[in-house]
Amino acid sequence: MKPPPFDYHAPTSVREAVEVLAEVGAHGKVLAGGQSLIPLLNMRLAAPGHLVDINRVAGLGEIETDATGVRVGALARHAAVERSAAASLAQPLLGQALKQVAHSVIRNRGTVVGSLVHADPAAELPAVLALLGGSVRLASVSGEREVAAADFFTGPMESAIRTGELAVSAFFPAWDGGTAFVEVARRHGDYAMAGVAAAVRLDDDLRVTAARVACVSVGPAPVVVDITEACGNQSVASVDWGAVVAAVQERIEPEADIHATADYRRHLTGVLVERAVKAAADV
Amino acid sequence: MTTKLFGEPVRRREDARLISGQGRYLDDLGPGALAAAFVRSPHAHARITHIDVDAALEVDGLVAIYTWEDLPAGVCEPLPLLIPHPALTHGRTAYPLARDVVRHVGEPIVMVVAKDRYVAEDVCSLIEVGYEFLKPVVGIEEAVSGAHLVHEDVPGNVGAHLVQEVPSADGRSAAEAIEAAPHTLSFRLDIERSACTPLEGKGVYARWDADDQSLRVYSSTQTSTSVRMALAAKLGLPLPKVEVIAPDVGGGFGVKIVHPWPEEVLVPWAARLLNQEVKWTEDRREHFISSAHERAQVQHVRVGFDDEGRVLGLSVEILHDHGAYTPYGIIVPIITSTQLLGPYRIGAYRVEFSSIYTNTVQVTPYRGAGRPQGVFCMERTMDKIAQHLGRDRADVRAANFIQPDQFPYDQGMIFQDGRPLIYDSGDYPESLRKLKDLIGWDDFPAQREAARAEGRRLGIGLGCYVEGTGVGPYEGGHIQITSDGRVHVSTGLTSQGQGHETVFAQIAATELGVPIERVSVVTGDTRRFGYAVGTFASRAAVMSGNAIALACRKVREKALRVAADALEADPRDLEITDGVVHVVGSPSASIPLATVAVLSNPLRYAFDEEAKRATQFAGAASMDRPPVAEGEEPGLEGKDYYSPIRSTFASGMHAAIVETDPDTAEIRILRYAVVHDCGKMINPMLVEGQIHGGVAQGVGGALYEKMVYDEHGQLLNASFMDFLMPYATEIPHIETDHLETPSPLNPLGIKGAGEAGVIPVSAVIAAAIEDAEGLPIDRMPISPSDLYAIRRTAGN
Repeated sequence: MKPPPFDYHAPTSVREAVEVLAEVGAHGKVLAGGQSLIPLLNMRLAAPGHLVDINRVAGLGEIETDATGVRVGALARHAAVERSAAASLAQPLLGQALKQVAHSVIRNRGTVVGSLVHADPAAELPAVLALLGGSVRLASVSGEREVAAADFFTGPMESAIRTGELAVSAFFPAWDGGTAFVEVARRHGDYAMAGVAAAVRLDDDLRVTAARVACVSVGPAPVVVDITEACGNQSVASVDWGAVVAAVQERIEPEADIHATADYRRHLTGVLVERAVKAAADV
Repeated sequence: MTTKLFGEPVRRREDARLISGQGRYLDDLGPGALAAAFVRSPHAHARITHIDVDAALEVDGLVAIYTWEDLPAGVCEPLPLLIPHPALTHGRTAYPLARDVVRHVGEPIVMVVAKDRYVAEDVCSLIEVGYEFLKPVVGIEEAVSGAHLVHEDVPGNVGAHLVQEVPSADGRSAAEAIEAAPHTLSFRLDIERSACTPLEGKGVYARWDADDQSLRVYSSTQTSTSVRMALAAKLGLPLPKVEVIAPDVGGGFGVKIVHPWPEEVLVPWAARLLNQEVKWTEDRREHFISSAHERAQVQHVRVGFDDEGRVLGLSVEILHDHGAYTPYGIIVPIITSTQLLGPYRIGAYRVEFSSIYTNTVQVTPYRGAGRPQGVFCMERTMDKIAQHLGRDRADVRAANFIQPDQFPYDQGMIFQDGRPLIYDSGDYPESLRKLKDLIGWDDFPAQREAARAEGRRLGIGLGCYVEGTGVGPYEGGHIQITSDGRVHVSTGLTSQGQGHETVFAQIAATELGVPIERVSVVTGDTRRFGYAVGTFASRAAVMSGNAIALACRKVREKALRVAADALEADPRDLEITDGVVHVVGSPSASIPLATVAVLSNPLRYAFDEEAKRATQFAGAASMDRPPVAEGEEPGLEGKDYYSPIRSTFASGMHAAIVETDPDTAEIRILRYAVVHDCGKMINPMLVEGQIHGGVAQGVGGALYEKMVYDEHGQLLNASFMDFLMPYATEIPHIETDHLETPSPLNPLGIKGAGEAGVIPVSAVIAAAIEDAEGLPIDRMPISPSDLYAIRRTAGN
């Protein structure tokens, strides 16, 4: 469990970082929190020729908040975002999801943007970004581009990020309604067997006017389903949950692994959709 | 002031060191040593066609590459079969490096020595091994079909087959007793694979001293003395030229009693050959795929019983998955077969097991060592009887208990130590009474109904076990009191975190009447104590604890003799308190043990002020006898051994209340209660600690941990990401109560406590889930996904 040899780069600016990435091309890998990359290296499941450590790059640790949402820099640790009162106020779903990301020691090192770039369909943050319709900002020697979540997650562990690009921040839009994140994991802090993030808006009569969910671990990428119609403009107490669950279950593609059958994940997602929407409506 | 510390909750003396980073584990030693790494088979069953090292030879920092063909006589032989048994007709062990066929993923093929582990692993990745694939045999069903063989010369993949039969008092066989019983049941039970997974893997560090022609080996082992003897034999070295030391060891749980491991032979061999220090530290993946697993069994049960639930006849057929090799013999299925009987009087009993080879990691004892499977079998049987009769599950057990006045109780079988399975003492009805009180057994049905009315599912379960502990053949203890008044205790068996530095010091302090601060304890160092067996089978406290007590008594007697001379008193009038020998009732007539130690060693030369008192003109010696009297030895020192007639039998009962989520099928343990009887407790706090750790491992085995092999023999979860060792967050608060039924077999009246906590947990949790769900739970571990599938199958 020792990594194969690699060249180590420690740029101090975004400019320098993207220049190195341009130079090393497909052989380069960016190191931020290292919570996924370092185990992959040690188990020799990844063998990049060049490691570009961005931890010394200035200006990437920012968490910027305004009425429109939260912009999280590439070096902002999970723990910093979780503890940011301003971020929680602007977008409570971030804190609700981050509580369930692994354990505190991992959250102290791991980064929000790193989790998005890793694009694990079982992870919480890609689902949050996808649910909220957020975006990721990518820098390269030829400039910056902003990629919408819907286009960013292209498959399991696959994103729209191109060779030579560095994800410098992600934007989580605000939502003028309630949110919740519920999941069931084997052990505390494990990747969820199924999990659902929900964003719900109610009118003054407490009828559901907008609702959507993002499901984890049941497809190649977070599965976002708009269930506004399925909720039938009813109050939460009167919603036909069978119809809502069916609307979601028809969109997901769970697979079996050693921890859960596909059947169970499908069932569990249904249970969690109802729980998440009810919790989100309670806010 | 009292120095009577036996039985007191003395805080662990080793913890300050261990929890502040001061521990010296294997990988902390020899920072400059060369590193070894291994090319291991990626295939479960294959013939090696060629090994090409050419591409690897250019790597900077490479020192040596070894394959089986490089190994000399002795080293190249198959590893020892440690515990032969007549029923193990087809025992097989591995070569230290594969000779021609590999039989599980992870089997070592090539050893690489390099300047550091990074380079060694780089070299491994460049070595090419050619394979001719053979059909992998995975899973008990496939193995017993015998369609494909793990070992060409082992027909049907059956390594061992053993039948033990104990007729009823009226001479009926189990089959006859079951046939004649008013009620009978037959069913199948399954337990899946798990493993010890100590936080520190194995590791070996060897230094060859060319000037002295001697070898020093540090190994993360549970038996340094036996590793020493194995190495001397394998390497052809005189025993006095080999030293083996177990440094701080980060857990063992059984896997480190197996020895010598391939690396344990190869690393010292290479160190001597290269005349350089060599170290190998096992990584987590290596530990998963190349150490040892346990637990997997299929059990077919037939039981006959009367209207009260008394078992008249019990017949159990066990298929035991033994993995690819049998270095530790058939100890695990023997323990399952014998300890299955638990605290019960069974009318007639027949047990038959077949030990089956598969192309998976070998199976050797893991904490509990076959007992969790046996207890699962017996306790599920008790629950099924209760259900069949509509009787209370605790009452059915009580109807079968051996009664307190029936000890010693002979179960009529042969135990794992080759000696009769005779229980020495116990009080099972009292344990059950305590357990029912602790968990609130009689009040639970009301609680369950109240929860049910709220849409919640609660269930309760219980399980009983008897554990043979303190197996022989022997352990020893050595005590030396030096002229500074310090007491040095050593014993040959090793420590893996149990708290031996504390409990052995408590025993010595109590026996000798000295403050515990003056007592130091050394374990597992062959330089200090050469004769020992090892740490396993919940035996350290019983074996070394008693040996140390006996050695202390010898030293105490001598101290009193020497002090009596100096004080001109009768030894019978002396006692030792707080490290000072004094005449009873006359505190001023006293002499410190430090001085007694000086006087016990007649000197010619005074090297300090104290020593002057023992020199030839000091005037202390009698002129009527030699300075060292006949039958005496110089020094305040003593050694003794404890060798029991047979094992002593601890017991316990656990109960749990679980809640299952009607929607998600999540399983939560709401309460967990333990009543435990390990005889006289040396330190109740450490006993509780052992129980907590054991229950935690048991919860792992019941709800989280299993080794998942695919049909190709690939272990799919060889990491802590996918092998779900529970965290503290998964472990319930554990409520405990104790019973102390002293063992009549040893001077201290103690029984072992190390493994106890783990033993009944799967049985208890299965029973509680069954109670909550109203569905039979016959396979463990169980996950929410499994429970969901069971509900679906039942149409729930």
